[in-house]
Amino acid sequence: MSEPLATLASMREALDAGAASSVDLVEGCLARARAAQDALHAFAGLREEGARAEAAAADARRASGARRSPLDGLPVAIKDNMVQTGEPTTCASRILEGFVSPYAATVVERLERAGAIPIGRTNMDEFAMGSSTEHSVYGAARNPWDRARTPGGSSGGSAAAVAAGLVPGALGSDTGGSIRQPASLSGVVGLKPTYGRVSRWGLVAFASSLDQIGVMAHTAADCAWLLEAIAGHDPRDSTSLPEPVPRYGETLDGDVSGLVLGLPREYFVEEGVDPEVLSTVRAAVSELERAGAKLREVSLPHTRYAVATYYLIATAEASSNLARYDGVRYGHRAAGVRDLTEMYHRTRSEGFGAEVKRRIVLGTYVLSAGYYDAYYRKAQQVRTLLRRDFEEAFRGCDAIATPTTPETAFRIGSKTADPLTMYLSDVYTVSANLAGIPGISVPCGFAQGLPVGLQLLGRVLDEATLLRIADAFQARTDHHARRPAEAP
Amino acid sequence: MSALHSDTEVVIGLEVHAQLRTESKLFSPAPVTYGEPPNHSVHPICLALPGVLPVLNERAVTFAIRTALATHGAVHVRSVFARKNYFYPDLPKGYQISQYEDPIATGGWIEIPVGDGEGDAATRRIGLTRIHMEEDAGKSIHDSDITGRDATHVDLNRSGVPLLEIVSEPELRSPAEASAYLRALRSILRYIEVSDADMEKGHFRCDANVSLRRRGETRLGTRTELKNLNSFRFVEDALDAEIQRQAAVLDAGGTVQQATLAYDPDQHRTRVLRIKENADDYRYFPDPDLVPLVLSDEQIERVRAELPELADRKCERFRSQFGLSLYDARLLTASRQLADFFEAAAAIHGQPKPVTNWLLRDVLQALREQGREIEDAAITPAALAALIRLVDEGRTTAGSARGLIPELVERGGDPEAMVRERGLEAVSDAGVLEGVVDEVLSAQAEHVQRYRAGEKQVLNFLMGQVMRRTGGKANAARVRELLAGKLDDR
Repeated sequence: MSEPLATLASMREALDAGAASSVDLVEGCLARARAAQDALHAFAGLREEGARAEAAAADARRASGARRSPLDGLPVAIKDNMVQTGEPTTCASRILEGFVSPYAATVVERLERAGAIPIGRTNMDEFAMGSSTEHSVYGAARNPWDRARTPGGSSGGSAAAVAAGLVPGALGSDTGGSIRQPASLSGVVGLKPTYGRVSRWGLVAFASSLDQIGVMAHTAADCAWLLEAIAGHDPRDSTSLPEPVPRYGETLDGDVSGLVLGLPREYFVEEGVDPEVLSTVRAAVSELERAGAKLREVSLPHTRYAVATYYLIATAEASSNLARYDGVRYGHRAAGVRDLTEMYHRTRSEGFGAEVKRRIVLGTYVLSAGYYDAYYRKAQQVRTLLRRDFEEAFRGCDAIATPTTPETAFRIGSKTADPLTMYLSDVYTVSANLAGIPGISVPCGFAQGLPVGLQLLGRVLDEATLLRIADAFQARTDHHARRPAEAP
Repeated sequence: MSALHSDTEVVIGLEVHAQLRTESKLFSPAPVTYGEPPNHSVHPICLALPGVLPVLNERAVTFAIRTALATHGAVHVRSVFARKNYFYPDLPKGYQISQYEDPIATGGWIEIPVGDGEGDAATRRIGLTRIHMEEDAGKSIHDSDITGRDATHVDLNRSGVPLLEIVSEPELRSPAEASAYLRALRSILRYIEVSDADMEKGHFRCDANVSLRRRGETRLGTRTELKNLNSFRFVEDALDAEIQRQAAVLDAGGTVQQATLAYDPDQHRTRVLRIKENADDYRYFPDPDLVPLVLSDEQIERVRAELPELADRKCERFRSQFGLSLYDARLLTASRQLADFFEAAAAIHGQPKPVTNWLLRDVLQALREQGREIEDAAITPAALAALIRLVDEGRTTAGSARGLIPELVERGGDPEAMVRERGLEAVSDAGVLEGVVDEVLSAQAEHVQRYRAGEKQVLNFLMGQVMRRTGGKANAARVRELLAGKLDDR
């Protein structure tokens, strides 16, 4: 096996040692991204000129001894649903064709303030609706471990780009598992922070009460750096949390002794899970036990309602959030329309893909007079019960361990005909979004040559514990260092 | 209202949208402006660009609380912003952020004058259903003269401007009461400085729900909704027309259909815009981009402590403190600025009665003629007080002083200097006046005789003659003294 792919930390070392310049690193990423684009469709677009200029500026800063942060001069990628000044933002949708944002998302501003260099915008499921990055105007993204398979979704472009070594770190967004599931299927680390930990200002909304921006990289340590750069209160997001941001990187001491890991009974059932995935996750949990963690069975009794609850709330919010794409102010507008109704009808028919339309219709129904109480209000009540399940469980443990997904990466096209099967692949991840708690997926082994992820869920605002456990696990294993077949 | 039977009761409820006078919009830092070129007072938030989020304007919240307290309503410590979903080109998000199930305030009342009489029966309390905050939509311009072709243009300057919706109970019983309610509400909003309530600028817009029922009936009849009643006169006329229309329908044995109507002032008729067969489905749900608005008791009490004295309270105080009639006190307190002007002028002058008279008669007339409000007039309380004093002291005549008011209102100035420069000093010199008086008495022998025969009112005629000969500049009190002296002293 060839040497492991570069991480943010190894690139940082190369910069500090003078072995490489920021321009070298950025050029390398751009070259690999270009070369892999036809095979993987990881990117929606590259930012070549801007990235080069910023790399040169970072090199100049380093030469003068002024480093903005540990991320200064390091290349990253941004999912195509976070706006960046002067860059197209399409959410992989035709309806946003031609839209160039006049303002930047908070996360983009913060990455730039830290000196990180966004080299491109990653592919995704249209408006982040999907679990496979197949629903995209840029074509289906592919899994670097097996190009016939999906990298997961909706942040599949970010996952594939990191997994293939095109870029060492990327931002993703997670509404029902859209960071953790592709991280699991592509063999990288993906962290969804607590709802409100990272500002949503500039994140194109899918389901506002569930959406959360997070980070993807090869290691928990790299994720800690990225999270530290983007997290924190933002007065432009009313749901942003005011608590100060811990120095996540400093808590990674490899020590998990005494930490109690909860194993939810409802997640470790044989039904609906690939047995090899389950045994791989069990082995990973045993590894953590050997590292000093204590195991305890916990119960999350309302788990079986989570997927249904999620699809009621997420579609309801989406149906309203996507109403602004009407062809009036920006993006696609149908040509040759005769009146307003036809303009709406044709613009949205032409602009949205099938999965987005499906969810808009579902959500519109959920909110309709006469159905609101039975669906939306009821779903909110169940959401409260799910949140209480976790509060109760965390009285007896410091983190909860589960598989991230019931199976490894599936073949492209294998689930598109049956949306319900696709929705069910979110079964382990949606609860964290409904409860607003943080979750991380860490590569924990392979099943038939494909990556398996261990999901760790934590208390509200306790990302530090998740990163610490993931880091300790990575210190004792080398799954994350394996190179996929398709890495250029 | 010939078609209205005496046993028919009119039921009117009003929904008022008042624009709050904040500097920025309800959920966006874009400035609230008037008359800017289209789409100049905008921000990514009011354009609903992808990725934007609303942030609530705290000032608007304070204004909403203030309004609720001023109308005796219950301010709720927890209220929720909801999305009202519908498609329209001037609604950029495809939904309006409003308050639905949990408004910021419910209940309360507004007192309206009924009739012109004094006493307890002179006012009636009109209950309020609720007060809530919401954002305004933009403006669609359909006029092809402007757009140059068959197209609609959208101006989003108004998109996101903060509004307060104030909903009355269906307790108004006539168009006149509806108009009185609107005047009272507008006065309150201006008193507490939450809205300019300028109807011409659309700061104060009104929709009305109207129905008829047999007197004594407790259930409401089928109502219709009149949209965009944007002046007091218009409200009364439109309601009057709609009441007649409904009465005619019912008289003919028909039933009123639930509908939205517009009023055509040229024909004095209401016209159906659309029949409402089903309730509109706006798919309201709590806006997940905003957290519930939670107020502390301290916050509410702070706003309460800062509440200014309101019109009804001020009116009572003016009556007891200054001995004014209810009529005068009401006129003076109709606007806070007028009341403040009066108090300042009365304090400087020292006597409230003449100040009341001059203000209500002469100053208000000049304001009306010049189309101004007291706050945009150039006259100061000190100037009015000084002018009245010049009259009191006999240094100019009331007529001369009255003649100066329009100019003082328009351009301001120092009354004493104006009187001097224009030679308006009253003639008080006893020698001069006596000469004129003697001339008049000898010229009007017949009147002198009538006076001496007991027709005392002839004195006024003789005074007028003296004034005419002095060009209106004679000191009236001195003239009266001299005339009376000479007439009574045979």
